[in-house]
Amino acid sequence: MKPAPFTYHRARTVAQVPELLADHGEDAKIIAGGQSLVPMMNFRLATPQHLVDIGRLRELSFLHTDDQGLHIGALVTHHLVETAPADVTGPGFDILRQAMGWVGHLPIRTRGTIGGSLAHGDSTAEWCLLAILFDAVIVAQGHQGRRRCIPAEELFLGFFATTLKPEEIVIEVVFPRHAHHAAITEFAQRRGDFATVAAAVTLDVGQGAVHGGRLVLGGVAGTPQRIPEVEALLAQGRAGDMNLFADCAEAAATAIDPPDDPNGSSDYRRRLTRHLVATACQEAMNR
Amino acid sequence: MTAPSAGAREPTFTPSGAWIGASVPRREDPRLLTGRAKFVDDIHLPGMLHAQFVRATVASGVVADLDLSAVTAVPGVVAAYSGSDLDLTDIVAVLERPREEFIPTSMPVLARDVVRYVGEPLAIVIAENPYAAEDGIEAARVTYLPNTAVVSDWQALAPDAPLVHGYAGTNTLLDVSMFATEDIDEVFARADHVVRVRAKTGRQNALPLETRGVVAHWDDREEQLVLHTCTQVPHQVRTVASQCLRCDERAVRVIVPDMGGGFGQKCVVGREEIATAAASLQLRRPVKWIEDRKDALTASFLAREQRYDARAAFSDDGRILGLDVDIVCDMGAYSCYPFTVGIEPLMASAEMPGVYRVPAYRVRGRAVVTNKAPTAPYRGVSRPQYVMVMERLFERAARDIGLDPVEIRRRNLITVFPYTGVNDITYDPGSYLESLNLCQQVLTGEGWYDRRDHYAAQGRVLGIGYSCFSERTGYGSDAFAKRKMKVVPGYDIAEATMDTNGSVIVTTGTLSHGQSHETTMAQIVADQLGIDVDKVKISQGDTARITYGWGSFASRSIAIGGSSIDLAATKLGDKLLLIGAHLLETSPDDVELHNAGVRRIDDHNRWLPFSEIAEVAYLKAHLLPKEAEPGLRATASFDATGDGTFSNATHGAVVELHPGSGQVQILRYVCVEDCGVAINPQVVEGQARGGIAQGIAGVLFEEVTYDTNGEPSCASFMDYKVPTAMEMPDISVHHLETPSAFTRSGAKGVGEGGTIGAPAAILNAVNDALRDTGIELDDTPIAPETVQRALHHRMCAEVNL
Repeated sequence: MKPAPFTYHRARTVAQVPELLADHGEDAKIIAGGQSLVPMMNFRLATPQHLVDIGRLRELSFLHTDDQGLHIGALVTHHLVETAPADVTGPGFDILRQAMGWVGHLPIRTRGTIGGSLAHGDSTAEWCLLAILFDAVIVAQGHQGRRRCIPAEELFLGFFATTLKPEEIVIEVVFPRHAHHAAITEFAQRRGDFATVAAAVTLDVGQGAVHGGRLVLGGVAGTPQRIPEVEALLAQGRAGDMNLFADCAEAAATAIDPPDDPNGSSDYRRRLTRHLVATACQEAMNR
Repeated sequence: MTAPSAGAREPTFTPSGAWIGASVPRREDPRLLTGRAKFVDDIHLPGMLHAQFVRATVASGVVADLDLSAVTAVPGVVAAYSGSDLDLTDIVAVLERPREEFIPTSMPVLARDVVRYVGEPLAIVIAENPYAAEDGIEAARVTYLPNTAVVSDWQALAPDAPLVHGYAGTNTLLDVSMFATEDIDEVFARADHVVRVRAKTGRQNALPLETRGVVAHWDDREEQLVLHTCTQVPHQVRTVASQCLRCDERAVRVIVPDMGGGFGQKCVVGREEIATAAASLQLRRPVKWIEDRKDALTASFLAREQRYDARAAFSDDGRILGLDVDIVCDMGAYSCYPFTVGIEPLMASAEMPGVYRVPAYRVRGRAVVTNKAPTAPYRGVSRPQYVMVMERLFERAARDIGLDPVEIRRRNLITVFPYTGVNDITYDPGSYLESLNLCQQVLTGEGWYDRRDHYAAQGRVLGIGYSCFSERTGYGSDAFAKRKMKVVPGYDIAEATMDTNGSVIVTTGTLSHGQSHETTMAQIVADQLGIDVDKVKISQGDTARITYGWGSFASRSIAIGGSSIDLAATKLGDKLLLIGAHLLETSPDDVELHNAGVRRIDDHNRWLPFSEIAEVAYLKAHLLPKEAEPGLRATASFDATGDGTFSNATHGAVVELHPGSGQVQILRYVCVEDCGVAINPQVVEGQARGGIAQGIAGVLFEEVTYDTNGEPSCASFMDYKVPTAMEMPDISVHHLETPSAFTRSGAKGVGEGGTIGAPAAILNAVNDALRDTGIELDDTPIAPETVQRALHHRMCAEVNL
């Protein structure tokens, strides 16, 4: 469990990163918090010959709001978000703080970063669910300072695969909207594990009725999944009660075709989804 | 003496002024808690090299070619050796039983022509650093002619099964029918009720926090190979190392530094230690091997995969009339030294009737070999499994007959001692019934029965379960001889030496790998000699200092090791009395030990401190009485006679099942234990809690699984689900005390009980919670999915109503 030999590069500027990555092509990898990459390297499942360490790029560690929404720098750790005061994240982003409690264990949260999590693209990662839940935009920088904005829904291709180009570095993630009625819940047999299934929900609530909303599920496919059938139900203006949420749960369980693995059969994940969707909806309603 | 910076601490006595029975702060803690302890990996010798192993990537196959030529070309690699390069004698563990009962097999230190499990070591790579060693491993080229892997007990037993050890002629290496009451078939035919439990338990890893490891070097001056290794059995490692290397035992010294657990996985002799030693001899340089977690999870010694088919006959009033059991243990690829593949089936066969008065008993125990990593004893050895099966039988009988599950146990527990069972074991006094009563009283008093029924009305699913068991601790030579092992563990030798200042150093052949011997054994010596516990230093884990020992396993340390140090301290005290009497001008009969000295019984003012007696013994030998030799040293040995001594306990658990996820949440855990005299109650509670945690791990979380090709599925903690503190309930421990008549202090062993009792208590609680579903679970670990399906089944049934 020792990594294969690699050359270590410390990036001094953001601009340097895409150039270093381009110079070394597929053999190069960015390392930020290293919470997924280092274990993979120790198992020699990943054997990058060049590591570009962006850990010292302080300019990527910021958290602020403006008229575009909430900006989270790529190097912001899960722990920083978890402990960020509400006046920094702005109103309606309580769910981000709460979601961070589900990310691994405390030591992992103090090292792992939002940029790393999104670039890694685990389908159960909380940041991946949240990005889709809130239509987040991932800002990436490539050659010669060229930046592009990737809508979250266009980021994830499949298991650990994203549309980021090999030479691109994530700069920041922008959350253009928020939701007061939002919740995330998960199940893993052990606290801190990758979720067997995770469910994140927003509800547009007015006068006790639900006029819209969104459900994103993790652990049911190679990428986080929006469930349009549930969105349709949530748009009907029905009362925000268990009847509606049970219907949503049923619709979600029917819509998915989850995988079989040692953490749970497809059937189990479906039943788990039913339970978690109902729970998340109720929690979101109660906020 | 503790270093001054360790911080002052208050001595703790019992109210009567004794050390035994007091929760003396652990002597080990200051160094462990401040990072000053020394584990194998903390040892750095000048010029030291690092080893890792080329391991088999197929579960079963012939090694057509092993090419290491590219390995030594890797930068940083110093050497690479195959089994034929090192030419070491195989490790063979033997039971002295006829061939129809036991077939010995040999375990090569490095596999030669055949590999038998994924992870089996084939070659050792030595490099300047651990990174280069792994680079070297990747350069090894191994060509296999793969065979069909045998990955389950039923596959191993199939008539046309491929053979794991071709020369054995069968995959069943042990087949023993230890007991068969003559008319047992009639007992079953006539019984009012017959219940049956078929259960399969999951393969587990004992999972010491510190993985295995060794630093080996040759000492030219001592003409000795020195092995610093984290083993529970240093002398057995020495014996095997000398056999494999074909040298005198004197030429091997095994030193055990601080250890981060063993739980049985380190009470057998591993192959990697021996190969590392051989490599260091080849190179005449120190070589370190530290097992990484992946190897520890996939290629170390495992345990616990057993299958039971058990029937029990009961009368209408709930008395057990007979027990008929077939046990098959999947032991993996090799017999471990010194216990053999017989370790699990023999334990289960011998002890299964447990705490109950079982009048008729028939058992067949088999060990089968498979193409999976080999097994070793693991805390509890078979007892977590057979207790679970016994307790399920009683629960099922209670349902069948319509009796309360606690009441049916009451009617069958052994209450009159000594009791000689149908299994030819004599049980010494314990508190079997009292512990059950107290445990139920605690749970009732806390309102759990009311809550269970009250919550049921709200749709919450709670269950309460118990397990009753006893645990033979401190097996003596007689008890181990019944196993028919070729090497018979049992006794322990201790040596107590007082220095010129009156401080005492006591050696023990047992070995703490976390059990607190430095504290608890010092308490025994301190009481025996009447000195402060800080004046006693326990020395362990060095074959150069200790004549011979069996190390620590089978909860033997305090029962047997503690008794031998008690005897050695007594003999040392006798010598102090002899010299003291002479110096006080009286006869040894007229003096006594008092306040770290010797005084005249007839005149308490005439008192000599030990330091003055020690000064005479060493520095003024001309003043000694003629019958006393210079120096203050006494050696004693102790062996448990007959069947030894049994600790006992009842565990009670309250669980809640969550229908949405199938999660089993433990709301309450109560352990009522009786280990005789508790030398240090806090240490006893720690043992109970740690053991219960491992028991919970086994019943709800951990399982080593393989695919159909024998590829292990659990290579990290992502897949091998060891529970964390977050998953552990608050555990309350209550003590009862039935002193043992067989040990010097009245203490019984306490190392394994927690692990033995927890799985059955949890499994019974889960089944109690499922009582309305018509589903009973007997296999472990219990996956959330299984529970969820069972609860779902109930909901469907309700809809159909």
